[in-house]
Amino acid sequence: MPVFYGTEIASRLMLGTAGYPSPAILARAFRRSGAGIATVSLRREGTGGAGAAFRELIRDLNLPVLPNTAGCHTVREAVTTAHMAREVFDTEWIKLEVIGHPDTLQPDPFGLVEAARILTRDGFRVFPYTTEDGIVADRLLQAGCEVLMPWGAPIGTGLGLNNLYGLRTLRAQYPDVPMVIDAGLGLPSHAAAAMEMGFDAVLLNTAVAKAGDPAAMAEGFARGLDAGRLAYEADPMQPRDMAAPSTPMIGLAELA
Amino acid sequence: MKITVNGTPHEVTAATLEAVLAELGYGVQHVATAVNQSFVPAARRGAQTLQPGDRLEILAPMQGG
Repeated sequence: MPVFYGTEIASRLMLGTAGYPSPAILARAFRRSGAGIATVSLRREGTGGAGAAFRELIRDLNLPVLPNTAGCHTVREAVTTAHMAREVFDTEWIKLEVIGHPDTLQPDPFGLVEAARILTRDGFRVFPYTTEDGIVADRLLQAGCEVLMPWGAPIGTGLGLNNLYGLRTLRAQYPDVPMVIDAGLGLPSHAAAAMEMGFDAVLLNTAVAKAGDPAAMAEGFARGLDAGRLAYEADPMQPRDMAAPSTPMIGLAELA
Repeated sequence: MKITVNGTPHEVTAATLEAVLAELGYGVQHVATAVNQSFVPAARRGAQTLQPGDRLEILAPMQGG
């Protein structure tokens, strides 16, 4: 199982906690999938104590939590949010998002690298939500990141792995860096494909939360991950263009 | 004095961040705070005085992806 900053995770599935029909369905999705990490966020709190109820729900999952800086468009916002998250969730882990465009939610690689450098200096363990760009990956590693989280497709789209060449190249460029495909997955087959390519884990939310049966879909993703990882470890055959008979030709009768 | 709390104007009488949180009813809740976009750790709230016009953000755990 993947090791992030010295901590081994129980599953290759990292699951978000947003957008479920109910807290009970959220809990069922986590239980049924055996997800290894729960991602969470910070938002404005009224005096009604909604945050406390959610905190209790998360505590009951009994999983490592990964707070995010979702919605942050500047380095300052992201860094301040990370510090606030560290205090509330009592973890040095931070899923660092610095968003560059409101329509694509594409990471701003320049702000991302700068924020990663600041947060690493401040003692955080940064999980950067990035693109498949290998140069940005290099800068993030130089900034102190020990995990990379390239996107599969824009957040919430369910498009799957949009740039197979880019992801394959990134994986090959840094074979020893734990990598998580974060965002854009829509189906278990996408997760299986990510595993077959040698990625270490996937992080998703919408595909499960917005499915008709989130708990079943969560389990589907868990099975897809298992299948894909098994295939990766089994050293798959190389595809070829021309047909090759699988049944032996030796001993074929002359009946024509 | 008038301050802004989570984007909404508020009139408060307390002088420190810790006291303002109590005055607003956040006394026992587990929240994180920022004043004028700068994080203020819980341990420093008692020493953090507020000025008229300050913008206070009070955040709590929430669902996220």
